[in-house]
Amino acid sequence: MSTPFYVSPQQAMADRAEYARKGIARGRSLVVMQYADGIVFVGENPSRALHKFSEIYDRIGFAAAGKYNEYENLRIGGVRYADLRGYTYDRDDVTARGLANVYAQTLGTIFSSAGEKPYEVELVVAEVGASPEGDQIYRLPHDGSIVDEHGSVAVGGNAEQIGSFLDQRHRDGMSLAEALKLAVQALSRDTSGSEREIPAERLEVAVLDRTRPQSRKFKRIVGRQLARLLAAAEPATAPTDAADDEAEGPEGAAD
Amino acid sequence: MEANTRSTGRLPAAFLTPGSSSFMDFLAEHSPELLPGRRTLPPVQGAIEVPHGTTIVAASFPGGVVLAGDRRATMGNMIAQRDIEKVFPADEYSAVGIAGTAGLAVEMVRLFQLELEHFEKVEGTQLSLEGKANRLSTMIRGNLGMAMQGLAVVPLFAGWDVDRQKGRIFSYDVTGGRSEEHGYAATGSGSLFARGSMKKLYREDLSERQAVTLVVQALYDAADDDSATGGPDVARRIYPIVTVITEDGYRRLTETEASDVSRSVLERRLDQPDGPRAELL
Repeated sequence: MSTPFYVSPQQAMADRAEYARKGIARGRSLVVMQYADGIVFVGENPSRALHKFSEIYDRIGFAAAGKYNEYENLRIGGVRYADLRGYTYDRDDVTARGLANVYAQTLGTIFSSAGEKPYEVELVVAEVGASPEGDQIYRLPHDGSIVDEHGSVAVGGNAEQIGSFLDQRHRDGMSLAEALKLAVQALSRDTSGSEREIPAERLEVAVLDRTRPQSRKFKRIVGRQLARLLAAAEPATAPTDAADDEAEGPEGAAD
Repeated sequence: MEANTRSTGRLPAAFLTPGSSSFMDFLAEHSPELLPGRRTLPPVQGAIEVPHGTTIVAASFPGGVVLAGDRRATMGNMIAQRDIEKVFPADEYSAVGIAGTAGLAVEMVRLFQLELEHFEKVEGTQLSLEGKANRLSTMIRGNLGMAMQGLAVVPLFAGWDVDRQKGRIFSYDVTGGRSEEHGYAATGSGSLFARGSMKKLYREDLSERQAVTLVVQALYDAADDDSATGGPDVARRIYPIVTVITEDGYRRLTETEASDVSRSVLERRLDQPDGPRAELL
């Protein structure tokens, strides 16, 4: 009978972490950022149908980088968790903190159980509050740790570089157009430092907008509204976003 | 596997198992005791005394559909509640009004709302109006056992059909039988009188405001002849709940709007207690 090779626990964990990180790095990075009226999600995504951002519950949104089938699985698990919890207790009892904890436990268990391959995903769970002070953003790396973030956060392969770019430039109370411009700027920088153009049709943008009258605050920004925001991105002319949002009507919740 | 919604442990396997986009299916798999239809009732003698909601009316007009309900809940010959809400948004483009056992009805609405929202979040797209109506049918069918013991729930479902660009109304019976109504519909104990009233007043070219007035007139007539239906209560400022669903989505009339319409109907009834007259040929 042959004896299996001995691998030290440190080495095993380091290998698993490297495996997961490499998987995540293959996908494109994305940015989650606070602005005056809520939280904006921006990412490069050539697909119209396979989303990186989505609604989990009234005030809670989800963003993920990495392997699609794995984060989609976690996303649906989160929707089920939130809906069941809200149905059992009350809608107010569903919180981003609770959801982030569940995700952290799930990712952590998968990461450290030898029988399972680690998930190649990095998640962000964000909840919009009644005021900017109430906003919560949690970043969940592949190993089940959990990081409470403020202002802005980037996840994915190039996250560190984008994150430090954002840290230097993000400030509280930015308009949506300003925040969007900053996010696109950050995403268009390559690892080498050179810039490239990301056309509007390759951008996926969503917001958790605290000014929405409905209890469901998640809304995708597409088409004309996105083009308008990108065009209005010059800081001095950040015009009537609120009025424009109203005009879009309720179909925002439809997707 | 534990339901585990209380503690913050790992998501149970059932949560991460690929399955259907239906929240009801998920509940049936994971915690069937939470489904209203799964409960077994002990055998009882006679009717169970619980609050009952009464009259719901709906009417369509060229740009949408109106769904409204009175505010009374009765328990036998007693008024159990004067300001109950029996009309709810189901989602952005539809609403449901419920007559029958109030407790079960409200629970059913909560589950129905969640069912539509869950599907929307998982699939990234809304169910068709037809699909929503069928889903409600399934839920009523699940309640048949209780309906046979006197705890019936009979909804009226109305919404804007985004594909066909028109407002549509669906009525149900206790077995879940579903039928699409054209023009106007009513359910509940006062429905007989409400339907008679609408039959004489309804036209196909009503404006939104006229459609709203029409359903308030119908509710007034239902309250006039059915003791279980409540009329507008001016002293307590309790007016019918009126909702309008158009291309722009669901909207509930504000209290001021509902009071305006109700008061103008009441005003005219002071001179004409039986309401507007239809032309005789």
